[in-house]
Amino acid sequence: MKLLVCISKTPDTTSKISFVNNGTQYNEEGISFIMNPYDEWYALVKAIEIKEKNGGTVTVINVGDASNDIVIRKALAIGADDAIRVDGKPTSAEYVAKQIAHIAKQQAYDIIFTGKETIDYNGSEVGPMVAELLDYDYFAFASDLSIDGSKKTVSREIEGGVEITTSTNPIVVSAAKGLAEQRIPNMQGIMMSKRKPLEIVNPIAVAEKVSVKIHTLPEAKKGVKLVDSNDMDELVRLLHEEAKAL
Amino acid sequence: MSVLIVIEAVEGKLNKGAFEICTYGYKTSKVLGTTCEALIIGDAHNATEVGKYGVANALQIGNISFDSKVFTQIIAKTANDLGADTIIFRHNSTAKNVAGRLAIRMDAGLVSGVKSIPQANGNTLLVDKSVYSGKAIATYEINSPVKVLTVMGNTIQPEIVGEAAIVTLSSTPIPASTTQVIERKTITGIVPLPEAEMVVSAGRGMKGPENWAIIEELASEIGATTACSRPVADAHWRPHHEHVGQTGVAIRPNLYFAIGISGAIQHLAGVNSSKTIVVINKDPEAPFFKAADYGVVGDLFEIVPKLTEAIRRFKQH
Ligand SMILES: Cc1cc2nc3c(=O)[nH]c(=O)nc-3n(C[C@H](O)[C@H](O)[C@H](O)COP(=O)(O)OP(=O)(O)OC[C@H]3O[C@@H](n4cnc5c(N)ncnc54)[C@H](O)[C@@H]3O)c2cc1C
Repeated sequence: MKLLVCISKTPDTTSKISFVNNGTQYNEEGISFIMNPYDEWYALVKAIEIKEKNGGTVTVINVGDASNDIVIRKALAIGADDAIRVDGKPTSAEYVAKQIAHIAKQQAYDIIFTGKETIDYNGSEVGPMVAELLDYDYFAFASDLSIDGSKKTVSREIEGGVEITTSTNPIVVSAAKGLAEQRIPNMQGIMMSKRKPLEIVNPIAVAEKVSVKIHTLPEAKKGVKLVDSNDMDELVRLLHEEAKAL
Repeated sequence: MSVLIVIEAVEGKLNKGAFEICTYGYKTSKVLGTTCEALIIGDAHNATEVGKYGVANALQIGNISFDSKVFTQIIAKTANDLGADTIIFRHNSTAKNVAGRLAIRMDAGLVSGVKSIPQANGNTLLVDKSVYSGKAIATYEINSPVKVLTVMGNTIQPEIVGEAAIVTLSSTPIPASTTQVIERKTITGIVPLPEAEMVVSAGRGMKGPENWAIIEELASEIGATTACSRPVADAHWRPHHEHVGQTGVAIRPNLYFAIGISGAIQHLAGVNSSKTIVVINKDPEAPFFKAADYGVVGDLFEIVPKLTEAIRRFKQH
């Protein structure tokens, strides 16, 4: 099986978020960046598991500049075989999806993985866009995937449960909890990752349809109103009269 | 040049989430000086009610199995036939499977997870969405002629503005599916977490799964859905579908009770957009109090039953 895993680089979850240049730009100062957790824990590891079981190759692809090589090397250390970096500036999901589809078109991958969303722009958009560009079937928020010949059986999260679907076509899946378990790269993996191929390719031009005009910080909470633990009637009154929540 | 909302029937009817999108679509159509039309997917006995929330014209297709390609093709064809150029979904599992495909197919700009009514700015639209797991808000501009939005639950409350609509059966042919749905497993009888208006959530402070009765009693008293923190699900004290937070389900209810949960950043990432947050914790320094609207410091095993009692008294009046 030819497997492709789309990975992105995001600020660590615990990062303090601020913006510069009048709110147009994310302030990267002092921020540590990581591989987007869903890409790393679920998408990448699932692809490696499939390769271990069914044979094949796992390629990772990232759209971004050379500062992303560190997360790409980590993916190689965890167990991907090779990597492609499209040397462009990932300004929108459409931009990223079109770069990935452009490369994937020439390769006939059986399964393309993304994470369920990135933890920065929380879009869940790249996967379905790649699927449409390649005319693949698509399953968002997959929590289980099994393979039997060309038949893939996918469980995807829906409101209050899961739906299980089969497809014999090439598929794109976005990976959610349950699909696989996080793997920590070992020393051997880290050593090997340095010798694995990382191909750098130029981006194609994409006309942007959406852009972020400004970032703002949410209104700070007014501060917690503490209620005496012996006076739950008061809490109920506040929730009813003040918050209008009951 | 109209607005098209895409809504789905759940268990034979349109629910409040669908009517929120009707109101959102209606308000958007007013901003754009046009009308709001609806495509209803699945059989719903209350389909005509969309008119009350401002939908001028509704098309309905019967129950069909989910396939992202099929849904995309039907929606694109419907939008083209109607001349709709702003297509709106609720940000739910269908939208997560379809909106990106549709944007590519219709060469449209997509913003997903929107939480404001659009503002028109010449030919472009401005919308806000939460980014960085709720830690910031980004204002997006969409400059393409066709636009696709997916809207967060609870962005707007349904508002009655008119009369019931006439619902016409859609004549769009259903393309053949290349995938096969073999099973659909959903919990029944309770509102799923992403749709819930009220959520009672509990964490490791509960000490063990045997103590959950007080949580369930509080939830059932107010008709809330129960949730839990990650370690609680990992320890199998509660089922995995209850796990909220960064790695679990992201929710946005009107009212969120956090009981015996410390308020780690990964937990907050999935719940901090809740309208009103009530924290019950014995540790006055618990980080959750910083994100709370109301707080009670003390032992949850004493407080929660008293709270349930107080709600019962309140409901009797
Ligand atoms: C990458 C990553 C992703 C994660 N994703 C998630 C996620 O999606 N969701 C999530 O929830 N967590 C997530 N976590 C874990 C998170 O960091 C916290 O460890 C977790 O939320 C803590 O759960 P808790 O609040 O239930 O437990 P604790 O942190 O142990 O807190 C228990 C709280 O209960 C209080 N308490 C104890 N006894 C009582 C009593 N009798 N009465 C009142 N209060 C009492 C204590 O004061 C304490 O504040 C993630 C962590 C990582 C590293």
